[in-house]
Amino acid sequence: MAQVVLKDINKLYGSVHAVKDVNLQISDKEFVVLVGPSGCGKTTTLRMIAGLEAISSGDISIDGHVVNDLAPRDRDIAMVFQNYALYPHMSVFDNMAFGLKMRKFDRREIAKRVKEAADILGIGELLKRKPRQLSGGQRQRVALGRAIVRHPRVFLFDEPLSNLDAKLRVQMRVELKKLHHRLGTTAVYVTHDQVEAMTLGDRVVVMKDGVVQQVGDPLDLYNRPANRFVAGFIGSPAMNFATVTIVDGSGQLTAKSGGLEIEVPAPHIERLRPHIGRQLTIGIRPEDLHIAGDADAAGLTFSSRVEVVEQLGSEVLLDVRVGDDTMVAAVDPGVRAKTQDTLRLAVNPGRLHFFDVQNEKAI
Amino acid sequence: MIEGARWKKWVFFYIPMAFFLLFLLFPFYWMVITAVRPDGELYRPWNAVNYNPFWTTQPTWEHVRHLFEETLFATWMWNTMFIALVSTVISLVCGVFAGYALARLNFRFAGSLGTGIFITYLVPQTLLFIPLAEIIRNYRLGDTPWALILTYPTFLIPFCTWLMMGYFKAVPKELEECARIDGASRWQAMLYIIIPVAIPGILSAGIFAFTLSWNEFIYALVFVSSPEAKTVPVGVTSELIRGDVFFWGPLMAGALLGSIPVAIAYSFFVEHYVAGLTGSVKG
Repeated sequence: MAQVVLKDINKLYGSVHAVKDVNLQISDKEFVVLVGPSGCGKTTTLRMIAGLEAISSGDISIDGHVVNDLAPRDRDIAMVFQNYALYPHMSVFDNMAFGLKMRKFDRREIAKRVKEAADILGIGELLKRKPRQLSGGQRQRVALGRAIVRHPRVFLFDEPLSNLDAKLRVQMRVELKKLHHRLGTTAVYVTHDQVEAMTLGDRVVVMKDGVVQQVGDPLDLYNRPANRFVAGFIGSPAMNFATVTIVDGSGQLTAKSGGLEIEVPAPHIERLRPHIGRQLTIGIRPEDLHIAGDADAAGLTFSSRVEVVEQLGSEVLLDVRVGDDTMVAAVDPGVRAKTQDTLRLAVNPGRLHFFDVQNEKAI
Repeated sequence: MIEGARWKKWVFFYIPMAFFLLFLLFPFYWMVITAVRPDGELYRPWNAVNYNPFWTTQPTWEHVRHLFEETLFATWMWNTMFIALVSTVISLVCGVFAGYALARLNFRFAGSLGTGIFITYLVPQTLLFIPLAEIIRNYRLGDTPWALILTYPTFLIPFCTWLMMGYFKAVPKELEECARIDGASRWQAMLYIIIPVAIPGILSAGIFAFTLSWNEFIYALVFVSSPEAKTVPVGVTSELIRGDVFFWGPLMAGALLGSIPVAIAYSFFVEHYVAGLTGSVKG
């Protein structure tokens, strides 16, 4: 049972404003992911929740109690660090038991809880080993075990999977998700990897330069990014952007650039009407492009020249040039395209994004 | 290692290595051989027929016996041991705490304070012993072991602090943060996590401090004058060199016996000691 509320949180390091006016309400049992490029303030925010960094202004409360001035140990939280921070001189058992010993649990309870956690994580065999005798994945599990034996109110994760190799990372991601379902503890998870954010988070908080850009569930961020930054950050390969001018052709709006001329589909028309004659940024996800066929309306297609072909097996990524812009299209793996081919690409109607050129907000 | 032909290994590795060993170990060999050589051989002129400086045919314990029976060598050993141990412990305790504070607590001037402490280490003892002598006299500590136990830390604490500061900086901050989240106070985190992890560093600082105080000469020479209060380096040189007469045999026997405890300390902790100098903490 734990609700975490961040109210107008700020963090200043001298004259550097690392975290600006962050407001966030995390409900009980929710898994919230803070994501953003390095230096965006996500880790600092997490460390402020943990009590490892002082808050310059604002309030953090857990279950309605302001914890600003509480020491880390009095907040009833557990944290998993990127480098695991296992105590190198202690066995796995002692690593997991340390928090309980500090809290003066009795011996039998400690043994019971450690065994329970070790069973959940499948590290029952390793309890007598020292951290240096473990592989990366095993260390990761011990670090998780150390967090769960305490039955804390909140889990904090600081990029826990970044030190693992790609395959293990995917595996641990799934296990983390299972673990969260099983334990139902409120969790705050920091990562720079948008895939982790999308797959793990009930809600995702995208940050940049210390400012929260958007908070929403993963699909929300993907389908309705609040601004150009979120649009470019979420999704892989990243969204294509081009600068276009909105032209009014007797009621039908057209977005025009050097090589692009797309009729604005119906859902967007009303929103774009105030911008006629102005420049906007158009955003098209690579997966919303396909090779034009008979079924595609002519107004939604454009001509492009292939520059690079990347065959991924499940799809083909085409790096194409459209007028002066380059774009990436993720198309059917059956497409046989060669460098320098000229292709007509079509946009999925209703999958266009428009952003203000100046403030980069979605329109 | 050097790859390739065997002769290359010999030319670039074994032979240079042999020279090094010879160069480094020869003084010790000389010390050992002189300590067991009878006086008759020691003072034989170089052009005598049976002159043989590198070997002896009649090894003797005469010099060692002389050391223990004619001088207060056993007392000097005990004094040195006691003084070196106590001043090392004092310096380690202070150095560990000060090093931790300088490395971890972000207070103002922490950086300049660290540099300041290092600079005090650079002040030569030959300059410091004059004012220190004044202090020793005022507190009536002269000619007691405490004169040395309390003055050695003046150079040992800066040294230990500096070494420990470097070591603590190499210990990942997260270890401590994790402990503090796990329920430890700052003190407990230091006691249960940081200090055990820093054991190699503490050991190397301790060995260094012990060696420095074991070998210390100037303070021991100035602050202690009666034979029964002397340390080994001062006792041996003051009692076994009379004017221009050098009692080479007992001198070398004293040097040999005096270096054994240090050698034992080093060999016992050598692995930790190397880890301490290279500052490795594996996660």
